[in-house]
Amino acid sequence: MAYKLTYQEYSEALKQQKLLGLKCRSCGAVTVPPKMVCRRCASPELEVVALKGSGRIQTFTTCNVAPEGREDEVPYIVVLVELEEGPWLMGRLVGMAPEKATMEALIGKSVKMTKTGVFPGDKYSAGEGASPTFMLAK
Amino acid sequence: MRKVAIVGVGETKFSGPQMRTSVELFAEAAAEALAGSNLKPKDIQALFLGNALGDFAEGQGSVQAFAAENIGCFNIPANRYEGACASASMAIRDAWMWVASGFYDIVLAGGVERAATMGTPLATRTFAMFSDSRYEFATGLTFPAVFAMLAHLYAAKYNIPLPRLKEQLAAVSVQSYKYGMFNAKAHLRKEVDMAAVLSSFMVSTPLQLHDCCPFSDGAAALVVASEEVAWKLTSKPVFIVGVGQASNGPMASQQEFLPRLRARELSAERAYDMAGLKPNDIDICELHDCFSIASLISAEGLGFFDYGTSGEAWLKGEADIGGKIAINLSGGLKAKGHPIGATGAGQVYEIVKQFREEVEPERQVEGARTGLTDTLGGDGCTLVNIILQRGW
Repeated sequence: MAYKLTYQEYSEALKQQKLLGLKCRSCGAVTVPPKMVCRRCASPELEVVALKGSGRIQTFTTCNVAPEGREDEVPYIVVLVELEEGPWLMGRLVGMAPEKATMEALIGKSVKMTKTGVFPGDKYSAGEGASPTFMLAK
Repeated sequence: MRKVAIVGVGETKFSGPQMRTSVELFAEAAAEALAGSNLKPKDIQALFLGNALGDFAEGQGSVQAFAAENIGCFNIPANRYEGACASASMAIRDAWMWVASGFYDIVLAGGVERAATMGTPLATRTFAMFSDSRYEFATGLTFPAVFAMLAHLYAAKYNIPLPRLKEQLAAVSVQSYKYGMFNAKAHLRKEVDMAAVLSSFMVSTPLQLHDCCPFSDGAAALVVASEEVAWKLTSKPVFIVGVGQASNGPMASQQEFLPRLRARELSAERAYDMAGLKPNDIDICELHDCFSIASLISAEGLGFFDYGTSGEAWLKGEADIGGKIAINLSGGLKAKGHPIGATGAGQVYEIVKQFREEVEPERQVEGARTGLTDTLGGDGCTLVNIILQRGW
């Protein structure tokens, strides 16, 4: 059984601002980030699909304390977004001043993907890491 | 399956950065557990040791083998368990299983960590390794960020105004500090009031410094034995009557189940079913309060309070001595401390000491017979629950 969508393939697409997911031929659920099987029914019958990259913020936080080596990035906003296609995806929110990141301003609000941020990597990370990056939809 | 008991327990003081090695810390805890069990190192048939980050803290992998030899348990099988903050509880559950199965009669289990020694930047980086490193760390995710997002989600889902939730969370921390102050082995021993919690440094919105547990150094150990052996060694065996463990993938994969943690609820259900007990049968609980919000989510997932109501329960004293369930009388991870690979063994140590009425009088529960531990690894990737009953 071929692994349908690897981390590397997913990440390379993400760097081009394309969000790829896996649609299940058995139950129709969309899985993202990729796994070997459908997140809902565990079927391996999956096809790679392009996702819209839009959804609603379910929750967020503004980080003021960074992991070692990422101190220059604070403060930054991390979000969990429920994509239009169903799955929840973690990403970074840009285009908003961190002090304005309140529950009222963010929870339930529509977002769309924008230019993907890339963590350049550190000595533990086995290379760089592309991160889904969102901004509030107008 | 045979009945299995804890015979003796040991624990170092949990602390900030200190100079003793992991092997030395564990040796202190193990020596206390062995002495309390009237056993010699040669009596131990296997060592199951939790240790999450020794590789990073002091460049030591396979600490279990060095620890076994160091304490005189020469050449016994020694296993290391890595389940992030639940490592020691995994080790104890496996010790239970190997003794229950009849393969071993006496196993030493526990854990050790030097999380404080690493310092905050490296500890923050390495703790983040227990989230999904490929798909979630790149966002800048940290451990406080995980629970901070759960806090906002909790407020939204249960329709609790954030200022009210913040008061509820502060009440959790204040109660933990209150008991930690009396615990001679606690890392943070100071009185902290609600105003101090609410004015502390904002780590990751909405969680402030006093919502977060510290990085700690420390070790804990316990001797696990068959019922037959246990009664020969002690008049006060504590029986392991239920265990549960479950796993889960990346945080986002839990989707709409959040802010509840699915692995906990499955793990707890398994432990309750094995013990034939229900949440209201539990007298005392040591639960995984790595962050104040984690206490609310845990107390609800374990069945003590309805979803969305446990913050008010804390404010009313329902999670305190004399309330519905006495929670974290050790001071919890918040005040007792969080040497992650040892934390689960430290929770069991506390329950055993409570049953034996050997803790400081200010935090002693009288007549407790049944206790539950709850240990969470990562952002819910590993959950272990252990139900304990006094045997006398």
